[in-house]
Amino acid sequence: IQESTSVYSGSVDGSLYLMKNQKEKLRMTMPMTLSFCYMALLWLREPITLSEFLRFVVEGHIPYLNIFQHFPEKMKLCGLDLKIFCVESWPVYEEVFNKMHELAAFLDLPRFPEITDSCFLHPDMLCMKYLMEANLPDELHNWTCRVVKKIGIGEVDFLTLVPGNKSTRKVKYDVLAAAVIVVVLKLLFLLDDHYEWGFFALLISSQTKMCIFYSGGLYFQFKKWYEVVKHSLDVEQKKLDEERAKYLWRCERPLFYSVKNRAKVLKRRQMVVNLQNQFGKLSGSVRRAEKPNPSSFQLSWSEENTDGSCFHGHSLKGILQEKCGLLTAMNPDYWLCTVKLCNEKLCGHLAHYREVDFPQSYHFVLRLFSFLLRIQPSYIHDEVCMIEHKLFSKKLCKKLKYNTVLRK
Amino acid sequence: SSNEHKLNFKKSKEACLSYIQDAMLQKQWKRAAEFLTCYVESLEKDYSREHIGPSEMIWRIGTEILWHHSHSSMKEFNCFMEQMKTLGVKRYLKVCLEHVFHLLCNGQIDEAYQNLSLAESWRFGEQTALQDKEMKLIQAYRGLLDYYSWSKQKNILLEHGEDGFSDLAVEQEMHSCFRKAAVNLKEIIKIPGVWDLFVKCYVDLLEFYGDHNEAHQVLNEYAYNSKFPANPNAHVYLYQFLKRQGESKKSLVSALKILHDIVPSHELMIDFNTMLQKSKKRKKRRLGLEVIFAALDYAGWKENAKAWSCLARQVKQIVNSGKHLDWIKQEWNSRKDWWPAFHFSRYLAKKNWQENKSLSYGKALVAGVLLGKDCKYFKYVSHHGCKAQLKKFRMLKKFVNRHNPVYLRISQ
Repeated sequence: IQESTSVYSGSVDGSLYLMKNQKEKLRMTMPMTLSFCYMALLWLREPITLSEFLRFVVEGHIPYLNIFQHFPEKMKLCGLDLKIFCVESWPVYEEVFNKMHELAAFLDLPRFPEITDSCFLHPDMLCMKYLMEANLPDELHNWTCRVVKKIGIGEVDFLTLVPGNKSTRKVKYDVLAAAVIVVVLKLLFLLDDHYEWGFFALLISSQTKMCIFYSGGLYFQFKKWYEVVKHSLDVEQKKLDEERAKYLWRCERPLFYSVKNRAKVLKRRQMVVNLQNQFGKLSGSVRRAEKPNPSSFQLSWSEENTDGSCFHGHSLKGILQEKCGLLTAMNPDYWLCTVKLCNEKLCGHLAHYREVDFPQSYHFVLRLFSFLLRIQPSYIHDEVCMIEHKLFSKKLCKKLKYNTVLRK
Repeated sequence: SSNEHKLNFKKSKEACLSYIQDAMLQKQWKRAAEFLTCYVESLEKDYSREHIGPSEMIWRIGTEILWHHSHSSMKEFNCFMEQMKTLGVKRYLKVCLEHVFHLLCNGQIDEAYQNLSLAESWRFGEQTALQDKEMKLIQAYRGLLDYYSWSKQKNILLEHGEDGFSDLAVEQEMHSCFRKAAVNLKEIIKIPGVWDLFVKCYVDLLEFYGDHNEAHQVLNEYAYNSKFPANPNAHVYLYQFLKRQGESKKSLVSALKILHDIVPSHELMIDFNTMLQKSKKRKKRRLGLEVIFAALDYAGWKENAKAWSCLARQVKQIVNSGKHLDWIKQEWNSRKDWWPAFHFSRYLAKKNWQENKSLSYGKALVAGVLLGKDCKYFKYVSHHGCKAQLKKFRMLKKFVNRHNPVYLRISQ
């Protein structure tokens, strides 16, 4: 390899760039390039959510890790450039999201193109997607739309980003849609570890078993759904955990801080490659050479399966009743995740989620969407709290201090 | 966990390591290899602050996998070890040593010797001094292999000697091995520690060349130097040596006395008791009784016919002489609460009788004296013995009946 020392000078201003400069708090970093990309996608109203985008990055469909492999030959990274361009952690949703808003304000961008109800990012659309992916009945979509309408989160002004506007809450489209579904499930099934399991037994005792089938379809049973989805979720989660443990961060082209460092680094790289070959042969399984194509759906359920594992077409009739010409839930109760919301600006969250404080069914539902969106359950919990407080704001104003179970 | 989704290099390698650990514990070598393949890139990241860095992890884990994996060969194993030697200079000698152990386990003595010689000649600035302990071990093991060669040469010579041939070359080779071995073995046993094998080999060499004084000194040091950890084997080796040399009973007894103190259940206690029983000195005979009773306190001795016959013999001798019944009383005092159930149950009487007549004889005698003629054990055995018309048992019955008052005196 013929490379002269002068080629390895790295960037001209790498060291200056990294020096602390208090005036400019915004400095381009690798995670911020993702914010920049996402901002563009949002501007163009592309049918992709932030969680999906970040998932594609981690899965390697979008160049990010070891980006310098794609740089032109002339650009050689060296020295402090490594601190700027080397990525050794997965991008975090919150960080990318917040930086995006900072960036939009910094660039003094105007109001973004409007998010209307025909956009992919509108809660009605996203709810439809997530309901499908969560293997929930299509009928639930009516309910998500009703909730969205009631609390006004489908309004254009709510959904459209206005950079620099500090009074409106920044919208996480994907998390919001997931949270709406969670609230709907709580409305219909209560999710207190009792109601959702037991009500069907009552149904059977009061009517004949024939009622399980109505004209051509099945009644949705939470228990069956839980068993099927939990099984798949556990399998996928296990796969994901293993993939994380097997994640390879380095590539064939090593980076070195200086020319002196080069020989040592190359030697190490050679040894790593040797060891990978030696133990790779003993692994038994062949490592996939080709990455699978990026897919929008991580869990898929087909109605053609005869094993009854697809719940899309199931009916909610078993848990609904008609009152004054309107379909309402048979479940009259609702429990609030939290009676009082925290100050987000002070503590960073609207609420503080601890698994032990909540019913297991609720935790399961959070876990499901946490997996799909690749974010912590607490973020979804925050949105759920926000939605609940909007939904029950009138009743909350009556200051029900001790009774956290509401009558709807 | 709450930070599951925040993944970075360090965390994913930690997770990888725990998967490797699980796979190894379940002996799933293919799976362990699969995850190790993903772990090795840790070498490219500086972990100098970690207690055990990636290079050490990879060395240890890789060794285990290659040793146990069905498709791995010795060639691959050696190649891997050579790579590991270059990885960490601070561990160089340790890796060499472990490599040698594996070669020995695989029967590759010559390769092991070559590796040891190579390691011995290694020098690396201040590291040489820092790895002094490992260097001593390497020299010691080379000494051991030299002893092994010496032993082989010796056997060849002895065979040839029988045929009337003498092979000068072999003899010279043998002496050369001796010199090399002696130097290194002598060095290592100076350091406080457990060096059983090395001591035995060194003593063997010394005895062959007639240096009994040195051998005696070495064994004394090994057994009595308080800096060395307490080691029953040291006393056993010393005793065996003294016996070979035909030393006096007195020195043999003092060698075994300490062994009795450390390991009352040692198999040499039979020899010890036999020696002590025959002694003219009262104190020694008393000690003998103590020794044999103490040995039989242990479950592993329950069915040792020889031990019971030793005890039976001594008990019989004491009872017949009428003197020193208080010795038996003293020994029995702390045992009368639990020995009956431990040794003399009816179940055991039946079992012993069916399996080993001489065992049941010895035990029956002791039981008869200690517990009287009406005790379960004695009754069962003597009844069946007499029924089978075995003279020995008839004599036993008479003996116990005659001396029943002894039991009454002991039991008070």
